[in-house]
Amino acid sequence: MSEPQVEPRPARVPAASEAVSRVETTARFCYLDVGSAEPLLPEARSAWLAATDLGLGDPRALHHAGRRAAQALAAARELSAELVGARPDEIVFLSSGAAAARTAIAGLALGRRRVGTTVVVSAVEHSTVLDCAAAYGEPRPVGVDADGRVDLAGWDAAVGRPGVALACLQAANQEVGTRQPLVTAAQACAAAGVPLVVDAGTVLGRDASDLGPWSALTAGAQSFGGPPSVGLLVLRRGARWRAPDPTDDYQDGRSFGAPDVPAVLAAVTALQTMTAEREARAARHAAWVDLLRTELARVPDLEVVGDPVDRVPHLLTFSALYVDGETLVLELDRAGFAVASGSACSARTATPSHVLTAMGALTHGNVRVGLSRDTTEADVRAFAAAVGPAVARIRSALGAP
Amino acid sequence: MSADDPALTLDCRGMRCPRPIIEIARRIGEVSVGEVVELLADDPAAAPDLAAWCRMRGQQLASSEPPRFRVRRLD
Repeated sequence: MSEPQVEPRPARVPAASEAVSRVETTARFCYLDVGSAEPLLPEARSAWLAATDLGLGDPRALHHAGRRAAQALAAARELSAELVGARPDEIVFLSSGAAAARTAIAGLALGRRRVGTTVVVSAVEHSTVLDCAAAYGEPRPVGVDADGRVDLAGWDAAVGRPGVALACLQAANQEVGTRQPLVTAAQACAAAGVPLVVDAGTVLGRDASDLGPWSALTAGAQSFGGPPSVGLLVLRRGARWRAPDPTDDYQDGRSFGAPDVPAVLAAVTALQTMTAEREARAARHAAWVDLLRTELARVPDLEVVGDPVDRVPHLLTFSALYVDGETLVLELDRAGFAVASGSACSARTATPSHVLTAMGALTHGNVRVGLSRDTTEADVRAFAAAVGPAVARIRSALGAP
Repeated sequence: MSADDPALTLDCRGMRCPRPIIEIARRIGEVSVGEVVELLADDPAAAPDLAAWCRMRGQQLASSEPPRFRVRRLD
């Protein structure tokens, strides 16, 4: 008789709770990186949990659980249509803001391929938009001024040329906050018969400016405090869009796969909450960004970039001469502030921010501040006071003149 | 020697920004007003950052052909 086989011990699988417990915790931390994402709103979290308790089924199923899911999805579509100024049948929920941009750009490029392959973009679009323009067409970038605003004469000329499939212009820049002259740019597109895709992630729930006659509008839900697993695409019914992928009938043949209904409800709740509070919060944030601009002007050789007035309320970007962005982000992190940076070394990329480069702004020593719904005036004042000493320490360590 | 020949060359290849900008800021005083400093820098941020530095400091970016840049001292 052979020796009894000893079964190999199964590899230990760590529980999710254990993974969470490994994440470092900080006593007091001020999150000022809303340019990347607004933290999930408690209202959105509650909506998500409540939706999971409803026992929603597959929205195509005939039984009661399926019907409830279909009703929830229809309600989410109606509410978001009202919030963005569209019809419910123009709303499509996708798996991220990037997926929404891809579906819009790839589908319009396909629908217009007989007209041409050129995709007109501003030079300061989100990298997702630039990547999609290059993947599905031939990008024709239009330059910007020192504040990051697209050159309208260049835009008009570019969309008016033959062979343009579509154009992409953000509502406002995600790095420096400058609003784009969207109404005029959209009218130029309409006059040329070119569909316009608007990246609205920076303005939805934050800024009430008119977006003009667009053909498609996109945003990731994390930009307005929803889950990052939801992207919003609003596709005008008249747009010459053709599905770039296989489709099904969950969302009228404009997506593939079942939408995550509880996550969609959380996203729409976030948009509704942020929109309801928009005016009061925008006034507060605009005043605090003004305060920051005034305080930061006292730091020697520090330039605040972006338009000081024609901007979204919650973003501010500056560059400090003779300072590297990575060290500055880490110094500010030590002081208790989470901020982003467009400097090459800090963003885990090899190249500096294409936005700052297009504007002719200093790309090193760059910091991007985004005020959240929970930011307080005390946070803003404490941050303003922390920047000068951090910059001075780094300059001294680098032997700057 | 013509007016465009560099009076000083700074080899900052292999350095990450802002180090090349700090180097030119420290050393530009060694040439006379009107003379040219040549900067060699291969960091991808050198081109935009040197242009921004010249604008902020009132110097003239005479040529920008990465990794070779020429700056004329005006101030």
